[in-house]
Parts: sequence; structure tokens; C-alpha cells
Amino acid sequence: MSTLTGCIQGVGMLGPGLADWSSARAVLNGETPYVAVRTVLPLPGVLPPAERRRAGRVIKIALAVGAEAVAQAAADARTLPTVFTSSGGDGDNCHEICLTLATRDRLISPTRFHNSVHNAASGYWSIAHGCTQASTSLCAGDASFAAGLLEALAQLACGARAVLLLAYDADYPQPLRAKRPIPDAFGTALLLTAPDSAVALPRLQLSLSDAPAATMANAELESLRRSIPAARSLPLLERLAQRRGGTVVLDYLDSARLAVEVLA
Amino acid sequence: MTPLHLTHFTATSCLGRGLTATLEALEQARSGLSPCHFDTVELPTYVGEVAGIDAVRLPQRLQRFDCRNNRLAQLGLIQDGFDSAVRSAIERWGRRRIGVYLGTSTSGILTTEIAYRHLDPDTGALPEEFDYTGSHNAFSVADFVGRLFELAGPAVAVCTACSSSAKVFAAAQRMIAADQIDAAIVGGVDSLCLTTLYGFHSLQLTSPGPCRPFDLARDGLSIGEAAAFALLERAPAAVDPEAILLLGAGESSDAYHMSSPRPDGAGARSAMRDALTAAALAPGDVDYINLHGTGTPSNDSAESRAVTALFGNATPCSSTKGATGHALGAAGALEAVICALALKSGLMPGGLNRRQRDPQLELNYLTGNQRGPLRRVLSNSFGFGGANCALLFGRAA
Repeated sequence: MSTLTGCIQGVGMLGPGLADWSSARAVLNGETPYVAVRTVLPLPGVLPPAERRRAGRVIKIALAVGAEAVAQAAADARTLPTVFTSSGGDGDNCHEICLTLATRDRLISPTRFHNSVHNAASGYWSIAHGCTQASTSLCAGDASFAAGLLEALAQLACGARAVLLLAYDADYPQPLRAKRPIPDAFGTALLLTAPDSAVALPRLQLSLSDAPAATMANAELESLRRSIPAARSLPLLERLAQRRGGTVVLDYLDSARLAVEVLA
Repeated sequence: MTPLHLTHFTATSCLGRGLTATLEALEQARSGLSPCHFDTVELPTYVGEVAGIDAVRLPQRLQRFDCRNNRLAQLGLIQDGFDSAVRSAIERWGRRRIGVYLGTSTSGILTTEIAYRHLDPDTGALPEEFDYTGSHNAFSVADFVGRLFELAGPAVAVCTACSSSAKVFAAAQRMIAADQIDAAIVGGVDSLCLTTLYGFHSLQLTSPGPCRPFDLARDGLSIGEAAAFALLERAPAAVDPEAILLLGAGESSDAYHMSSPRPDGAGARSAMRDALTAAALAPGDVDYINLHGTGTPSNDSAESRAVTALFGNATPCSSTKGATGHALGAAGALEAVICALALKSGLMPGGLNRRQRDPQLELNYLTGNQRGPLRRVLSNSFGFGGANCALLFGRAA
């Protein structure tokens, strides 16, 4: 069996107390202490005004982390196929629709309806950046980050030169929150490129594994990892922040984990 | 790309359960659409409802997954011996080497919609028995199917609205080509719910009558539901000449609007062109196109432009949504199975309900069934957010 492989050219990150990749990197490599602060979502200035008004929280976080990864690599977003992955999509929007559908008149707004699709963030991204490349939107529940990483590296294996992976989740309002207690919004984006010996970049190799998933030593970061599916990426991001090679096992399905060998 | 073998496939829709019922309905030009009496919905529209879903029971160990969508999945999986075919694939390849790639747009959201009618009057809480993971979450259907067969390979739901279950073929193909799996259960399951019925109504995209794709007076879609599956496997060196193959897939984004297609069809055209390129084929090699053909004014006109720009106006085309309704996240897989049936039987199903030709739509639209030796057929699927996918299927010989 051949291994899936890819290099990391850019990273985007936004989560509670992790305002962007450079500050997250400082936390993850131990330079600065982790201070939990609620995630602040930037306004998606890249969107046309009409779309900007309609963009919910998952769209904002996806657009923010994607833009950070692309900018870091000085890449052109128009040229990049994208893999969006999220455990649940826009919970606020879903809640409003379900509330309205439980009333007598049931008249939901057209904007709410088209924002309810799981690929809304992908649609807004493509419009914002004029990107006509292929884009997929995945959901694997708690396994969504690993599922997205597999898909992105499979695209590289099939000839794509670069793929932008965007993984993100946001918290649900009540009463869904009680059933799906995601505490806050968290997103990360990886600009993954086909291995190229001419450029020294951290390289990943994936394989399915039965080993248990790696955990975070810091209790608060471990709590994020456990409670937000997109934060299941943290052990990998920690290794990238520390520029440390070796194998890190990421949480995936009940029936399999994802072993990621990092060649720093 | 290296062609993959559809070793087994099945479809359950308002046309009936399994391949025989589906082909029979197409042969008889029978529509499964009827006036909407679903749940408590009061809308002037037609739907393609699958009969008997409520009577389906999931295995006891998977009760947490109980919802309309997973019942429909279960009903679909037991048709045409598909479940037995999966079990023999497991013997061939092993549990870890089979992936689950399923498309859905609304998964088990109906359960949540109904639960919101029963919030606790004091606390506003959802009913205790409401299970988010088992019903609401988009992954629920792929998770359910993976657990049903006790698989241990990759599993994911692809959710790109109405192209979801076309894109699963492309995703699974990549994982097989990258040697991560040897086979995959691909398909789509989407079921009626209030979100889509009232949502498409809010966009004025539902027809008050049965949908009329490519008609001059087309006025919207009819929502359907379906479960359609295929077992996609590496093709052996010497494949049966009767075998149905996935020859190519193409994907693109419109980058235009969340709920309207690009009027010039450029995104759709590029997906079709990429499917041809992947298969190393020319437009003239395609014998029939199963159109996305929703029956909305904008879809059909953009798709017509895209098809004629690439294929000219000779290739026979039709939309089967006048028969099945628009099964949304299951439409891609349902129409992939209809394409496989066309390749096996030679039937190019005529599009139903087209009374008057729209002179703006210049493609060769079939209004009655035609037969011919078919070697290669194309299937289009386009979704909200501008998510386009075209699949190319063919006979081995």
C-alpha cells in the first residue's frame, strides 16, 4: 500500500485563545502560555457586501483561516482546489430554520435556506476569491478533520499540485447545544502541496492505524481537542509549531485512527 | 484515470424499490410524483415520496441511528442483493480496505424539525430521546452504513447539496487510485423534510405541479427522495464485457451565486470537459447525457448552454427528474444508477412532462424513450454554492 503524502506550505488557525497561526504557534511550542479567550471572528472583508451581511459564523471562520494559510504561502486562491470539512455546519442558521418550521406559518427566509447547505462556506469562498477550481465539503462528525486530510492528500496523489484544506466548527445555540456541546468556534487551514525536493517544507505521510489518538499535555488545549472536532488537529499543529518530526496519531473513527508521520 | 468497476448497484426512489421496478417505470414512462401530503406540510407542490419508509426497522444494535433518512438507507441497501454484494466484497478485500462515501444534503434533519415542535415548555430543551449524532448530523448515514457492515476503512459524507452523491464517485475513485482502499460503497441518501420543501418554496423554485424539465413553461422542481448505491471496485485485467465502468469524473465551482447557476453554464461545461479528459474521450464518444434538468428556468437554460457549447446539439439528452423528482443529495447516485441501467438495457429514457419545446434550449432533448446500443453515457449534477460534478460511465465492451 502506498502512503499518502503532502507538504505543508501554509497554515491558518483561529480558535479560543488562538488568534492566528503565529500566536497559536507560540502557544503550541511553549513560548507563551495558553490563555483561554472566546474566539473572535473577523468580518469577511473579502466578500461582496451582500454576501458579507449573510455570512454566518462558520463561513467567517472558514474564510479567515483559509485566507491566512493562502497569504502565508503567498499563493493565489483562484488556483487552489479546496476541501472543506466541518462536523456540523452553521448551527445558528439551522436553529433558526427549525424554530420557524415549528411555527404555524413556517416561512423560512430564502437566505437562511441557501446558507443551510453544508457547502455554504465553500460557495462563499469560491465567490469571494473567484475560484472555479473543484471544491468538496465533507462531514464525518467528530472524525471530520482526519477525513478532510485524507481527501486532500488523495487529491495530491491523483495529480493536484496544491490543495487547500479548511476544517472548522462553531458552537450550536440552545437547545441543540445541550445535545452537541461544542464550546466555541475553531478552525484551521492547511495549504498542502505535492512533495517537491527543491523546497524544504514539513512533509506528512498518512496511514490508518489502530493506535490510540495523541493527546495534548496542556489540559485546556486537551479539552479543546476533545470538545471541538476541528481541534482534533491540535496534536499535528503542535508538532508543526515545534518543527518536530515523528509520528502523531490523530483521532478519526471508532474503527480507525490516522497516523501522521511528520518529516520536519 | 483507470476505469473502476461498478460491480453492483441499486436504487430505491418513488419509482419503486430496486432495479427492476426502476427500469420498468422508465420503460413505461411512468412518473412517481404525486401531490405533497408529506408530514404536516401544506404547500402546493408535488413530491416523489418513497412508500413504506416508516415501516422499516434498523437492527437493534444501531437503534440510535433511527430516522427517516437511515430507514431509507436500510431499505435501499437490501434491494437487489446489494448487502450480500458488500459482504462478499469484504471477503475479497477486508474490512479496512473498503471505504464508505455517501452523499446527503439534509441527512436526518426531519427528526430535529419534529423535535423542535416538542421543546420542553419550561426549559426549551429538546426531547430526551433526540440523538444528534444518530439522526441530525450529516455523517449519520455514512456512519450507519459503515457500522451496519462493520467496516473499518475511511468513511465520510460528502455534502455539496445537489451534487453530493455524484462527487462521492470522484472521492472514492481518488482513494482507490491512491491505493488507500480497494473498493467503496458509494451512493446517496436524501429524504423528504420540511427544510427543503419550505426552503425551495421560499426561493420560488418549487413547481405547483409535477416538474417539467426543459419545457417552455417549466416553473420549478419537484422534490423527491431516494437511496442509491454502487459498489465501486478496482477492475480486474479481464473484465466482463457487460461490466459497467466509471470512466471519468469532473468537478468545478461556479464562483457565481449561492442559489443560482452561472447563466452561461461555464462551470457546468468545465466539469463535463474534465470528465471527458479524465476518460481520454471526446464529446462525440458520448451516446447519451442524463441531465441535471431540475425544471427550474435558470438551471435548464444554463445547462442547455453548457451542453451545446461542448457537445453541439446532436447528442441525445434527457432529465429523469420528471419521473423521480429531484432527490437532492441522492440525485447524483440515483441518476448514476439510471445511467448504468441505460448502458445495460440500451434505454435512453425520455424526459417526462415536456409539453412544449423551449426554442432557447437547443440541445437534443428526448421526449420519448429511445433505444440504441449505448457505450458511454454522461450524468450531470449541480448544487447550491455552485458545486458541479459530471460523471462518465461506460460499458467494458
